[in-house]
Amino acid sequence: MNPKLSFTKNLFDLLSSMRFAVSLLSVLGIASVIGTVLKQNEPYENYIIKFGQFWFGLFERLGLYDVYHSGWFLLILLFLVISTSLCVYRNTPHMLKEWRTFKESATEKSLNAFSHQASYETDADLETLRPKLTRFLAAKGFKYKIKPQADGSELIAAKAGTHQRWGYIFTHVAMIVILFGGLLDGNLPFKVQELLGQKRIETLDIPESQVPEISRLGIHNPSFRGNMTLTEGSRGNVAFVRVRDGYLVQELPFSVALKDFRIEHYATGQPKSFESDLVILDPELEAPITKTISVNHPLIYKGIAIYQSDFQDGGTKLNFKVWDLLSTQAVPAEMNGAIFQSGELGAGAKALKVEFNDFRKFNIINMSADGKGKPQNVGPNITYKLRDIRGQAVEYVNYMQPMQIDGKHYFLTGMRETVQDEFRYMRIPVDADFSLNGFMKFRAALLDSDKHREIARRIAKNSLEDKREPAVKKQFEESVVQLLDVFAKGGYSAVAQVIEQNVPEKEREMVASTYIKMISVAAFEAYNMVLEQDGQPPLPSNADTENMLRDSLNAFSDIFFFGTPYYLQLEQFDHKEASGLQLTKSPGQKWVYLGSVLLVLGIFAMMYIRERRIWLSLRPAKQQVHFAMASNRKNLDFEKEFNDFREQLKAVIV
Amino acid sequence: MSQDTIDYGNKGLLERLNWQDWVYAILLFAGAIFAFKQYAQYMDIYEISFLFGAAALASYLGWQWKSLAKLVLAVGVMSIFSIVLYDGQQASATQKFLLKFLISSQSAVMWMNVLFILAMLTYWFALFKKSDFTARVASALTWSAVLFGFVGLMVRWYESYLIAPDVGHIPISNLYEVFILFCLITAVLYLHYEQKLNTRQLGGFVLLVINAAVGFILWYTFDRQAHNIQPLVPALQSYWMKIHVPANFVGYGAFSLAAMVASAYLLVQKGVLATRLPSLDVLDDLMYKSIAVGFAFFTIATILGAMWAAEAWGGYWSWDPKETWALIVWLNYAAWLHLRMVKGLRGALLAWWALIGLLVTTFAFLGVNMFLSGLHSYGTL
Repeated sequence: MNPKLSFTKNLFDLLSSMRFAVSLLSVLGIASVIGTVLKQNEPYENYIIKFGQFWFGLFERLGLYDVYHSGWFLLILLFLVISTSLCVYRNTPHMLKEWRTFKESATEKSLNAFSHQASYETDADLETLRPKLTRFLAAKGFKYKIKPQADGSELIAAKAGTHQRWGYIFTHVAMIVILFGGLLDGNLPFKVQELLGQKRIETLDIPESQVPEISRLGIHNPSFRGNMTLTEGSRGNVAFVRVRDGYLVQELPFSVALKDFRIEHYATGQPKSFESDLVILDPELEAPITKTISVNHPLIYKGIAIYQSDFQDGGTKLNFKVWDLLSTQAVPAEMNGAIFQSGELGAGAKALKVEFNDFRKFNIINMSADGKGKPQNVGPNITYKLRDIRGQAVEYVNYMQPMQIDGKHYFLTGMRETVQDEFRYMRIPVDADFSLNGFMKFRAALLDSDKHREIARRIAKNSLEDKREPAVKKQFEESVVQLLDVFAKGGYSAVAQVIEQNVPEKEREMVASTYIKMISVAAFEAYNMVLEQDGQPPLPSNADTENMLRDSLNAFSDIFFFGTPYYLQLEQFDHKEASGLQLTKSPGQKWVYLGSVLLVLGIFAMMYIRERRIWLSLRPAKQQVHFAMASNRKNLDFEKEFNDFREQLKAVIV
Repeated sequence: MSQDTIDYGNKGLLERLNWQDWVYAILLFAGAIFAFKQYAQYMDIYEISFLFGAAALASYLGWQWKSLAKLVLAVGVMSIFSIVLYDGQQASATQKFLLKFLISSQSAVMWMNVLFILAMLTYWFALFKKSDFTARVASALTWSAVLFGFVGLMVRWYESYLIAPDVGHIPISNLYEVFILFCLITAVLYLHYEQKLNTRQLGGFVLLVINAAVGFILWYTFDRQAHNIQPLVPALQSYWMKIHVPANFVGYGAFSLAAMVASAYLLVQKGVLATRLPSLDVLDDLMYKSIAVGFAFFTIATILGAMWAAEAWGGYWSWDPKETWALIVWLNYAAWLHLRMVKGLRGALLAWWALIGLLVTTFAFLGVNMFLSGLHSYGTL
């Protein structure tokens, strides 16, 4: 044989072999794991942070951030298609032959070699035997063919369940059809265009109208999967297709407008439904189509399916009280803003840019200490960033309403410096009116060094016996003032620092507990002083007050670690939502479904139709009937059936 | 002998039915029609077809396997009795004696757990004592466990509507519920083969995997309060759930059964318990059959899942971790079946493969929820 030909033949044999197919299945399985372990299609910065520059670059070149669309993965799929196709090409003629044939040309000799056979003695002639046996076969669901033999005997060749052979064809063709459908919906055309330099992803965050033609996909693009975010009352006619670390703009042959977006909730607060009232505007339409879509209920127009995919804020208008936590005044400033917009705080070198990032009207949180309780709605929160002139930002999340924790109520505010960090929360206890004012005034009083002497005087008056020497009193007051001055500069940690610097190690614990006691007494007096100025009754001396003051002091100490001195208290909001839509054009879907139907039919045919063949050789000359049976899959069912048939045939023949 | 008098045992299904079979089917359809009359306005066309489809399926399966018909009837009677006791009050579950201790959804599930544990111990005892009577007891315990489990699910279904009409849903929506479903389906598949092959020696093996699930249910109940009925997230509010999830669990159940049979196979091959367990041929055949059932249903389930995804997530295939792992499981058993059916391979390799396949399956079922994030995050620990 010509060596070139034999190479082709060998290649053909390899590619169409089962060994190769099973290897491919395994390789595909293992390759698929990668994309489930490594989170796909994240923003590239996340990968850089996670892996470092070197590994990031290597993994990027291997296409690991979008494994299932990488060249090498598609190559595996391609080989699977080739292998399956060749397998079908190679085996189908054989399968069809097996399906059709009765194998009536089996010879006496070959039947004698069967593992499942039996012989019966009978003196009946052909005419008596033939109808009996054919009726037996028909009753058992066998089709048969009678072939007279040269020696006057007769062979009845019967088959049942040969449709099983279609199972093979169906399942394997199904795989090809499914993969073909998947290919239609894949991004192969774009990949080719990208390779040829005809298309390029856009990586800059620019307005849609400025995205150049090279990063736009026309309305005739056969297949895509993009996203569109519409605020209530707005409309759009493009979708964004995310590709790696950039995107493409997909133009649509119509416009979509969002009239209203609604979230409904269960009584427990969990979301029950997300619904968008959409209007399809198309010059080809006589009247716009109005339809409400929700999760599981998309709208399909012009072959493009529009799904309710997510939601976000659509620019909620916000109204804040801005507290300067380090000010000795407790008078908040007013501030207005809107989500996705920004504002200014402070001036000069200390100026901060406020970036309003997100507003959530409902927050379902499990507040129970052990996490076992029911989640509940804790009301709206706002996420914003305060960015200084050097570009450093601190991110905050503030809850609008006080939250109940262990039976007490707090305003919660979280801060973090990088996205990787968890939010660290400051709990500000509420005052008697469930407002922030009490704490803010208390905080201002503690910060105000002018008030420290007054606080000290009150403590001395209330806690020292009158008969003490004025000098002792004076000295006591002096030390309280000093302590408060330190505390006002940095809370408990400032006090701790002073103790560490000035007190020998042995006595530190004792001094610390004295100081803490003194600070809490001072807090009590300071709070009452504030109340007195407002003409309100003083705090009662009880455990609740003690708890509240302890929490207030903790919160006070936390303000020195709050990143910036500003606390934005959300006062009012005008909620505006945006609906996240997903738009899909998927011409391969019907192919995939067709393939799926074939696959299921094929699997059931292969597994539950059992191919069996029977040969009955009628030899009146020898006064004998020879019975042979075979199946392409020998198993216990076959053994049992053979034994049954052998006995039943005996009854028929003898 | 005249041929016409010979019974070949190959009459058509309908010819083989006796009057009890017809009564059974009529009862099922009467129930379906009643449900239809009561609730048709709340059901879409798919759910209505599932309702009658379920009656038809249960009739067919019950005709083919008489014990199952008895189970279906018993589940129906006990569930209806429990529902009558509830009397439309959720609080009845803790107030009425029979509900509180026997057939409220929670109690029934607990009985299922207990009975499965007892059944396993009894099966093993029977295996070591070679006692046929004990094995029969074990078998009866397993049937009872299945009965209580199904009653628990049926009543839970009803109970969810007592919380609030919009909370009500079929109890196959989170890990707690599907673990019960898993136990039940695996047990029913096993009981089927137990009767068919007339061998009770494998019960101890199969009940091992069921009791692992029972252990999970207990931990999940007592440590995480997972038995509390939660409303459905929007993505799960679909008729697809009613077919996708059960089909999937027939797959998982059958793969688990195969893995347990494989473990018995490997033991017998090493001579352990060889005299007490069925022969290698029988084990091999059973292993093949359950993988075949599992593969067929897993394929259907994955396709249904893809169709659902096309409706809920905007695409039939998104390479979501759950989808991908379903594919991996599918590829794994596809390879297994190729080796077995085409190459005619038998023996330890395939048994080991089926056993390791259970690990892959478990990861797809549970591990993905625990370790990977994705769209299919309906059960977290």
